[in-house]
Amino acid sequence: MSKNLITVDGNEAAASVAFRVSEAIAIFPITPSSPMAELCDEWASRGKTNLWGVAPEIAEMQSEGGAAGALHGALQAGAQATTFTASQGLLLMIPNMYKIAGELSPFTMHVTARTLAVHALSIFGDHSDVMACRQTGFALLCSNSVQEAHDMAAIAHAATLESRVPFLHFFDGFRTSHEVSKIEALSDDDLRSLISEEAIFAHRERALTPDRPVLRGTAQNPDVFFQAREAANTYYDATPGIVESLMTKLAALTGRNYSLFEYAGDPDAERVIVIMGSGAETAHETVEHLVAKGEKVGIVKVRLYRPFLRQVFIKALPASTKSIAVLDRTKEPGAPGDPLYLDVVTALAEARAEKESSFSIEPNVIAGRYGLSSKEFTPAMVKAVFDELSKPDPRRHFTIGIIDDVTHTSLSWDPSFRTEADDVSTALFYGLGADGTVGANKNSIKIIGHETTQFAQGYFVYDSKKSGAITVSHLRTSPRPIRSAYLVERAGFVACHQFEFIDKIDMLEYAAPGAVFLLNASGDATAVWDRLPREMQQQMIEKRIRFFVIDAYALAKQAGMGGRINTIMQTCFFGISGVLPRDEAIAHIKKSIEKTYGKRGPEVVRRNCEVVDLALAHLNEVPVPQAVSATRSRPPLVSELAPDFVQKVSAVMMAGKGDLLPVSAFPVDGTWPVGTAKWEKRNLALEIPVWDAKICIQCNQCALVCPHAAIRAKVYEEPALAGAPETFKSTAYKAAEYKGKMFTIQVAPEDCTGCNLCVNVCPAKDRTNPKHKAINMEPQAPLRDAERSNYDFFLNLPELDRAEVVRLDHKGSQFLEPLFEYSGACAGCGETPYLKLLTQLFGDRLLIANATGCSSIYGGNLPTTPYTTNRDGRGPAWSNSLFEDNAEFGFGFRLALDAHLAAVRTLVQHLAPSIGETLATELIEANQDNEAEITAQRERVLVLRSKLAGIQSAEARHLESLADYLVRKSVWLVGGDGWAYDIGYGGLDHVIANRRDVNILVLDTEVYSNTGGQQSKATPLGAAAKFAASGKSVGKKDLGLLANMYGHVYVARVAFGAKMLQTVQAFREAEAYRGPSLIIAYSHCIAHGYDMAQGAAQQKLAVDSGVWPLYRFDPNRIPKGEPPLNLDYGPPKAKVADYMRNESRFRVIERADPARFKHFLEEAQSAAERRYAVYEQLAGISVPAFEKKDENGGNPEDGK
Amino acid sequence: MTLATTYMGLPLRNPLIVGAGPLTGDFDNVRQLEDDGAAALVLPSLFEEDITTEQLTDFFSYDTYGDSFPEASSYAPDPESAPGPDAYLEHLRRVKAAVDIPVIGSLNGSTPGGWLSYAKLMEQAGADALELHLFHSASDPALSSAEVERQMLQILTAVKGELRIPVAVKLAPLFTAFANFALQLDAAGANALVLFTRFHRIDFDVIELEVLRRVEYSTSAELDLRLRGVAALAGRVRASLAITGGVHTALDVIKGTMAGAHAMQTVSAVMRYGSAHLRKVLTEVEAWMIANEWNSLAEMRGNMSYQRVPNPAAYERESFRRMFSVDVARG
Repeated sequence: MSKNLITVDGNEAAASVAFRVSEAIAIFPITPSSPMAELCDEWASRGKTNLWGVAPEIAEMQSEGGAAGALHGALQAGAQATTFTASQGLLLMIPNMYKIAGELSPFTMHVTARTLAVHALSIFGDHSDVMACRQTGFALLCSNSVQEAHDMAAIAHAATLESRVPFLHFFDGFRTSHEVSKIEALSDDDLRSLISEEAIFAHRERALTPDRPVLRGTAQNPDVFFQAREAANTYYDATPGIVESLMTKLAALTGRNYSLFEYAGDPDAERVIVIMGSGAETAHETVEHLVAKGEKVGIVKVRLYRPFLRQVFIKALPASTKSIAVLDRTKEPGAPGDPLYLDVVTALAEARAEKESSFSIEPNVIAGRYGLSSKEFTPAMVKAVFDELSKPDPRRHFTIGIIDDVTHTSLSWDPSFRTEADDVSTALFYGLGADGTVGANKNSIKIIGHETTQFAQGYFVYDSKKSGAITVSHLRTSPRPIRSAYLVERAGFVACHQFEFIDKIDMLEYAAPGAVFLLNASGDATAVWDRLPREMQQQMIEKRIRFFVIDAYALAKQAGMGGRINTIMQTCFFGISGVLPRDEAIAHIKKSIEKTYGKRGPEVVRRNCEVVDLALAHLNEVPVPQAVSATRSRPPLVSELAPDFVQKVSAVMMAGKGDLLPVSAFPVDGTWPVGTAKWEKRNLALEIPVWDAKICIQCNQCALVCPHAAIRAKVYEEPALAGAPETFKSTAYKAAEYKGKMFTIQVAPEDCTGCNLCVNVCPAKDRTNPKHKAINMEPQAPLRDAERSNYDFFLNLPELDRAEVVRLDHKGSQFLEPLFEYSGACAGCGETPYLKLLTQLFGDRLLIANATGCSSIYGGNLPTTPYTTNRDGRGPAWSNSLFEDNAEFGFGFRLALDAHLAAVRTLVQHLAPSIGETLATELIEANQDNEAEITAQRERVLVLRSKLAGIQSAEARHLESLADYLVRKSVWLVGGDGWAYDIGYGGLDHVIANRRDVNILVLDTEVYSNTGGQQSKATPLGAAAKFAASGKSVGKKDLGLLANMYGHVYVARVAFGAKMLQTVQAFREAEAYRGPSLIIAYSHCIAHGYDMAQGAAQQKLAVDSGVWPLYRFDPNRIPKGEPPLNLDYGPPKAKVADYMRNESRFRVIERADPARFKHFLEEAQSAAERRYAVYEQLAGISVPAFEKKDENGGNPEDGK
Repeated sequence: MTLATTYMGLPLRNPLIVGAGPLTGDFDNVRQLEDDGAAALVLPSLFEEDITTEQLTDFFSYDTYGDSFPEASSYAPDPESAPGPDAYLEHLRRVKAAVDIPVIGSLNGSTPGGWLSYAKLMEQAGADALELHLFHSASDPALSSAEVERQMLQILTAVKGELRIPVAVKLAPLFTAFANFALQLDAAGANALVLFTRFHRIDFDVIELEVLRRVEYSTSAELDLRLRGVAALAGRVRASLAITGGVHTALDVIKGTMAGAHAMQTVSAVMRYGSAHLRKVLTEVEAWMIANEWNSLAEMRGNMSYQRVPNPAAYERESFRRMFSVDVARG
């Protein structure tokens, strides 16, 4: 039997089967399952077919709930259907899962098991989502590895057809879904052998068709429902047998043996672990190691978890078993135990009752919880569990993998315990996302997988930053299949692709004695040793490290590769490691470059190949001296001025050692302090903006567009300059409103990402040398120290009194302190300038409900978060609920605020005699329409508090606790287009259909940016996006126009790059409007495929061409007899083609299908013109004001 | 009486070619152009720097963000084709299949490089000839005229070495010794010389201090420079000669032929007046020839060239001075 070996990740392994055996696929992107849907869509669009010679019909729906509904329908109509999902997405499918199971519809879904959001969201892996589906009636089949994800996918699809019980096939999110591994592929013939054609025919026979009409979905009453529910029992009874026989068939085809419950270990084991998922592989590896040392241990891997066949489970356990530890990768607070444990206890009890047990003594069962949110689960932890089982009185319930110093559930483990064999090679690569390290390592794994007899494994760890993300690649090669589902703990090869990391990360902690350390460092290789910190030198000497240095950036620059050093470092890895002969390795690297970058074009391939040729010639081995010579130590990660929590918790997380933090370090409910991003000085920018005060026209545009609040403007009195650093720049303020004050534009040198947006929008040029602007980029390193001091001084300059800001426009707004700063958003992000502006305008009284997506990740992903406070301690209060419910979630804020306000007003009225009638009246009736009025109200509340202090009553105490609600709060519902146009549209529509005072900010990137650029209903006509690879054939949904139709909703479309003033006006009007407001904000995005430095210019072109209208629909204008719609843009004066040709998302269509592109161009041009015509007419319409009459025919407002 | 001509070995039914530009880039136009009398079509230029820039833009804008964030290994679907000549070649194939007149591919570049392989691909896709547009901005002070010319000859030689179809060279007028260089190109095997490239117009925004670029339609006034160029080369080179830029009227065609051109490329006039303008020009040329008793274009070709015009000095600086004197005298 010839084996077809492929090197793929778990997602591809599962999807390759699902695609081939499906006719209809309904999808919605969710991490970590999205790649399966993307692959299927890509395969279908490339003409790949299923087993029956046609490409499956694939449809992206508006949510997982929508996908489940579509699937239910497809199944009813007789198709073989599938989907891919995880976590919250799986929860949204549950209602339909009950229906699908209740109707015995053959169906398989593939789930990358992921943590459910509780006190926090986590994209990583555990079984909490799958466990929430136990009750649906789906069979639950678990894969433990990439190979199994492939094989069990086939078993699931085959078994569901035969059994009619729908299958949820799952494997661990990230650990399996994203692990790249060498596996044996199932051929089409293998799949045909497994899939029963008779079962397919039977499924089709049951399809709803008018040719054989039947009825499903009846409503049943107490007389029959119960019996009917029991009628399906036999199908569940038969399912395990069907799965088992298919596993037998698969074994005959492939030689790979699986069983429902699979035992591994000593046949006479006394201590047994029961486990499912990737942890089972680690446990298996550990068991083999311990058995070889004579220990009587074993594991039972649970594959078919539902239906749970007790008899087979009991038989899987050796009769010698004395104690069992059941490990659950989920947590059910308040339950007598986590689910797998309860199942095992029940099975043993029933077996005992049924006299099926053959144990010499009844095993003692204990329960452990491990691996939540992809927490590491290592052989040392497995060993600790076995050790616990050895104890005469083991803990009944425990955790493993954390330090629980609060409820003391955790077992301790010996981190030095290892099971890896000596012939397993391990490597660690530390890189930046942008330098391509992960991509190159994926290719390296594939090269090793294809070109050697070795088995290879790659796993990749990322931080959660979208700019300057650090990646760690974990590679293993072995002569045997690799079961190690945990990170590399001792590496024979450590590569550091970024020199700055030597001061941030203790990389050599994981280096094995005698390991190779490859460092990318600029300049003379022989001088690099002296630049290393003491700690690193010490480790290198102690571990006898072989030290290699290459100046990869110099080579990349020479070849015109920018910061892409991945193929250089990859070549060095092969050159040093000797996995393959050098020449052979280089040939394979070039082949993989051709494969990877061929899609970008021959010039890109040529440049990559050029650096490969250069790499080895410039690689230097540097002798490691006998003694430490460095005088400097690794600097602390955060300033000593940082708060205690940041020092003790955030800094540990920043150092990549968050695993070491004990339970007591954490808040109990997910509450987290704000203002922590400021302590994480990431120093990402190679160049930073430098201000030339002489040229500057003091327009503040640079500050407004900065996505990271890293360039700021201030006006202040001249005496405040006392003690300014020598290089601090200042000039007289030019305009009348602050005449006599001084003005400074200051960059935050260590927080700037170097995106260039500020430079590109700067309108001020040196007339004698227009190339020189008021803002110019210069190398950061030589400026860093001086600018750091300047920035500190700048921050300590007094803020302008908010009430003093005369013109609250795009210029004046920038004198307000931003309370959103230094986020991890992409360099040049088009969303964050809006959020920063929002916090400047209303930050000290702002509540934000944030839909899941980019803005919730850069807004709330640990270790540090960007929302912060002003000097009074006030600032945005922020929370993320879900993706789908954000409008409702934020609406709930308003309900609560309105309730608080009603209560507080009542209390003020009740206590008016005590606090003073005048104060009471003012507190209730004072206007709060501008900063001065809000300041006045804050002062009234202070007076109120002082008066309440002297009043002894329950009402006074209640009023004290609610008094701050007398100051107007601003509620903003923030999210992307995926939320607003698609998954959350129903909620958004409902919220604006009410009159409650909420403000909705849609950061419209026109794709699901966070999950990788899948199309949404905001995606414009002709744009290529994932799930619309050939260009979206339907135009963008006009969300604003839909909202306009209500008449009572304030609606604006804005684009800061086109008209900053209009953006600020819209934000202010929306907030001022005492009803629902909707702002749709054009947000350029990396998914659009151009240099983000040009983002503002492209926004302008979008508006000038009529692609993106600017308008404000303000219901407040109606009573004045004015048309509510105010157009803020003119007739299209630029060509839509010029706009579209600037972005790769459109140009790829021109390349692939010029005729289709031409059609898109013409239609888009026409749409832009029609849109303007429609808006222009609407802008001319005045409508009669509606005068509300009371019962007596009078205006109810008159009495006030 | 016949309008037939031979251009770099290609027999043409008349000398009027629709030159490189948007007209021939739109497949929907090409049959109509043929029906209205176009003798050949030059497809829009495939630009070396466009292809390279687009490849690098996609590489840096997409690949920089790929594999760097756990929720997305990429931010766009993999493109079906790399930035390159595929769409161009497909267009060429479709045009070739749709019309019976010769279809000429066009390649624009300034440095020898991998892009030359696109020439071969155009031949394989069915191009009847290739127009090589050698462009050099002359703004690099480090680059001598000799070096520029050496590179251009190198490109031509490389392309000629690869191709069996005829190769035309389209030139800008910015050469110190244009006629000499043209002879070198001729010697290097150019099958035609196309005179001259039109530049984008530039202007200054004197408030914003920016350079503005725009494309304007040509006028017959631009013919003058081309007549001089062709007249200087007619009879001195083996290569065919073509005029591009300023060909709008029947008289323009007559003049170009008299200067020595084998073919006249027109773009602006057809863009401005529509495809039917070709028919009008050709009808008028015929009428003019009948009225003036010319039997063929070959008879008149080059009769006003340097070699044959009775007073070649009329082309030179001397005549300019005298004309100017006369004008002053009149004034």
